[in-house]
Amino acid sequence: MTFLEVRDLEVEFQVDKKPVTPIEGVSFELNEKEVLGIVGETGSGKSLTAHAILGLSTLVGGKIRGSVKFEERELLSISEKEMQSIRGAQIAFIPQNPMTSLDPVYRVGDQIVEGLTQHTKIGKHKARQQVLDLMERLRIPKADRVFQQYPHQLSGGLKQRIVIAMGLCTNPRLLIADEPTTALDVTVQAQIMRLFGEMVADRGIGLFLITHDLGVIAQVCDKVAVMYAGNMVEFGKIEPVFNAPSHPYTKALLDCIPYIGMKKGSLSAIYGNVPTGGNYPSGCRYHPRCPHSFSPCETRVPALIQIEGGTRVACHLYQGKKDG
Amino acid sequence: MGVIGTALIVGLILVAIFAPMLEPYSFKEQNIELMNAPPSASHLLGTDEYGRDLLSRVIRGARISFVVGVLSVMISVLIGVVIGSIAGFYGGAIDLVLTTIADLTWSMPAILIALLLVAVIGAGLESVVVAIGLSYWAQYARLVRGQILSLKAAVYIEATKSMGASDFIILFKHLLPNSMSPVIVAATVGVGNAIVLEATLGFLGMGAQPPTPSWGAMMSSGTAYLFISPWVIIFPGLAMMLTVLGFNLFGDALIEIMDVKNKESN
Repeated sequence: MTFLEVRDLEVEFQVDKKPVTPIEGVSFELNEKEVLGIVGETGSGKSLTAHAILGLSTLVGGKIRGSVKFEERELLSISEKEMQSIRGAQIAFIPQNPMTSLDPVYRVGDQIVEGLTQHTKIGKHKARQQVLDLMERLRIPKADRVFQQYPHQLSGGLKQRIVIAMGLCTNPRLLIADEPTTALDVTVQAQIMRLFGEMVADRGIGLFLITHDLGVIAQVCDKVAVMYAGNMVEFGKIEPVFNAPSHPYTKALLDCIPYIGMKKGSLSAIYGNVPTGGNYPSGCRYHPRCPHSFSPCETRVPALIQIEGGTRVACHLYQGKKDG
Repeated sequence: MGVIGTALIVGLILVAIFAPMLEPYSFKEQNIELMNAPPSASHLLGTDEYGRDLLSRVIRGARISFVVGVLSVMISVLIGVVIGSIAGFYGGAIDLVLTTIADLTWSMPAILIALLLVAVIGAGLESVVVAIGLSYWAQYARLVRGQILSLKAAVYIEATKSMGASDFIILFKHLLPNSMSPVIVAATVGVGNAIVLEATLGFLGMGAQPPTPSWGAMMSSGTAYLFISPWVIIFPGLAMMLTVLGFNLFGDALIEIMDVKNKESN
């Protein structure tokens, strides 16, 4: 039984009465006790993919197509009511921006408790105790005081940990974390990542981790998915993808990591920017920036195909090998 | 300015509560010998055409104005919040229908709607409250709808949704409390407007029935003796002016205190 299986996920918005697909051709699987990392530049559709899995994009009028199977249930076809009982309880989401993810008019502790009591029959007092325990495990100093405070009284790092606590409080089966540690300094970041690791190992949850940080991915993830302009360009186990990247974009991303001892000014960057929604080039969306692009790249969209080592890659450089 | 506004409103509330104790005479006690008497030591503001003490009537009138103002605004806000939040949250056809109704109501002068309603349900204090309440709801509906529309896209609303909250919880527990500050400001100024509308209806004889002393009705009866005893019209008018000024100043001060955006941008 597959835990989470996403097939040909596509999100479509209407912009000026023209369809724009900021997510297209995203497919991957995630098993229990596994950590999947999603990388890509800003605007590559990482967060939107997470929203689509939770059915949140409908909030602003997007259409979601394809298939999202979670423990054999097709999430894209179940009712909103059923989805509400899954959101937060079985699939929890840690949103990207902790500064704006908390309701300004409620005490942060009550907001965590609200998430907990929505899905479990638990007394107010017991819920409070459980939340305080969780806050302490998240290294929140003076948890009982922070519990009573309003979001504007907390620092960014504390807010981030509150948001993480909101995601973890219900003991979800699958955790989707959208850059959960960006606002934290490295030491706290390491503690939080260790806590995530424990949850994966002890409780067998699946973790879907969105991040810019390739270092974090290399450390904690079992699988990695590379996204570019709404397409999944490479997906596979962490070792083959990082040791021998196949897609030119993955290679370029890995080349951008600075290391200690490198010569000044030798840090490479990928020329140009990710195209924004509605301005996608024809064919492979990466071809204008790709040093290896050749004729089919401009006209045909490359399919995601499996290559040696189990990695899947969407690039015309590899299409021929399969055909021939 | 906010201090002046607060002082005026607190003064009005105290006068309204303790009216029976503050009145030097009974507000309906007539004294034929002292008709239209000018202000004097025994009748500080003078008397009206039946020789009733004007000070006592202005004091009792404060109670009427305050109660009518507050109750009718509560009705307006209640209707406005329910209609506005449903329109803003669900959007689409529901929004179109509700917004059109609100715009239609808003485009008609409040006094016309109120007159029509009073004509239908009959004169009297209760019908004035209902009529004013039904005349002013559209502005709150529009305000709340706008707030809900912009807040709906807020990240914390999406975060709440991602935790499995139902529409009901999102709307009433998160969206509405966050949209309340401009509504409270508008309601404060709205109390002033409602008091003016009550006085207008009273002036036209459609408000509280005699001998209940409504400021509007007092001014209306004073017009007949405008050149003989101008104090009959001046003092209720002055009381009303100070009251409305108080609510407006208080409302302005509230805008600055409650402006969440200013406070959070630091």
